[in-house]
Amino acid sequence: MQPEKPIVIRKEVVRRGSADEFLKGLWRENPVFVQVLGMCPVLAVTNSAINALTMGLATAFVLLLSNLLVSCLRHYIPPQVRIATFILIIATFVTVVDYLIQAISLEIHKSLGAFISLIVVNCLILGRAEAFASRNSIGRSLLDALGMGAGFTFALLCMGGVREILGGGTLFGVALFADNYQPWVVMILPSGGFFTLGAWLLLFNRIKQRQQRKQPRLQARLQEMGSEQ
Amino acid sequence: MKIIASDKQPAWIVYRALVGVGLVCALMIVSVFLLTLSAIEKNRSEALAQAIFTVLPGANTKLAFALTGGEHFVVADANTDASDAEAVIHAGYGAHGQLIGVAIEAQGMGYQDTIRILYGYIPDRQVIAGMQVLESKETPGLGSKIETDKSFLKNFSQLDVSLTAEGSAIKNAIVAVKPGQKTEPWEIDGITGATISSKAVAGILRASTRRWIPLVQRHLQVFHAAGEAHSDS
Repeated sequence: MQPEKPIVIRKEVVRRGSADEFLKGLWRENPVFVQVLGMCPVLAVTNSAINALTMGLATAFVLLLSNLLVSCLRHYIPPQVRIATFILIIATFVTVVDYLIQAISLEIHKSLGAFISLIVVNCLILGRAEAFASRNSIGRSLLDALGMGAGFTFALLCMGGVREILGGGTLFGVALFADNYQPWVVMILPSGGFFTLGAWLLLFNRIKQRQQRKQPRLQARLQEMGSEQ
Repeated sequence: MKIIASDKQPAWIVYRALVGVGLVCALMIVSVFLLTLSAIEKNRSEALAQAIFTVLPGANTKLAFALTGGEHFVVADANTDASDAEAVIHAGYGAHGQLIGVAIEAQGMGYQDTIRILYGYIPDRQVIAGMQVLESKETPGLGSKIETDKSFLKNFSQLDVSLTAEGSAIKNAIVAVKPGQKTEPWEIDGITGATISSKAVAGILRASTRRWIPLVQRHLQVFHAAGEAHSDS
């Protein structure tokens, strides 16, 4: 039995690995709630759910395409000029997104203001290009970008949803409460962004702590089961 | 990986990377720009046309006029240089080519950034009949009420800008007053929580009407004539 076992384990690890590549960005290494990256758009454009969603999707789109291109070119980019090349690639896709959003809706473009151009300097995107896409295969880089992009969009939606509901009494522009609801205007203002982010970080850290406390017990149970066998 | 690991790079490899990536990026940007250009221009002109017809109730066709030499209005077409946006105003016409009014763009400093507005002037009654914010970055939920607050926007459905007898100046300059204290037709009721932004809108209108209304009133004949010629053709 001994020689067969490691092979089984390795197969499992690899299979879980590619699904994990996607899921890690969504939850365990969430760019906003765990890595606390890209705070400028997180705080600034999450005053409504639709702004948050658009910003999240735009960032995810740039992340996906720049990870793809960086991963494709990773053997041709010498380390001396890698940052310059990555920024060039990212800036290109941001410009592309900027034009696309203007073509789709001027209204949304107006409400996102300068923040679309600022995706260029979102450290999440350069971080993934540098730390992941430049060292991994195209497939894995795409999965990583999809997961991180989805995680970023999810986090922005969490922020924008809470702020819009409390600060405006609406979600995606649909009124949720009766007319006599007094919105907490502070939640739409910059300070509300910090309150909401703080609350979400608190929640995420609490969940993480509880999981970590469970981990040793789970391993102990597994060991017990192993020794029983 | 092999290339990245080594420290000694021949110069041409570095050039190849930068020039190659630069070329690919340039190609992408230019193609997307060309592909989206028509859609973006369509969106822009639709937004402007919609704003013009909103501030000039009853109008359904429009003509752009460019101010040349500070004193003469000419119908602006594709050949006219429209680089200075404030020097182009739009006249709105009714179904039979009769002049309804003139839509004028104006801008000025708000609380956070420049506010750009469009207002409609009705020469017959010498009033402003509508105002729409084209661009503003005012605080969401507070200053942004200048775009959405219904009672504030109602101020601009009948705002008096009548001229003095000789027609060279506005009789009563537009002023913003505290919410609910409007008594004169040239006053604007401010918004609670958006005091600075609503005062800014009043200030922008005051400055713009001082410059444009006497000028438009002096050249009314040009706008009337262009409308008749346009409806005949």
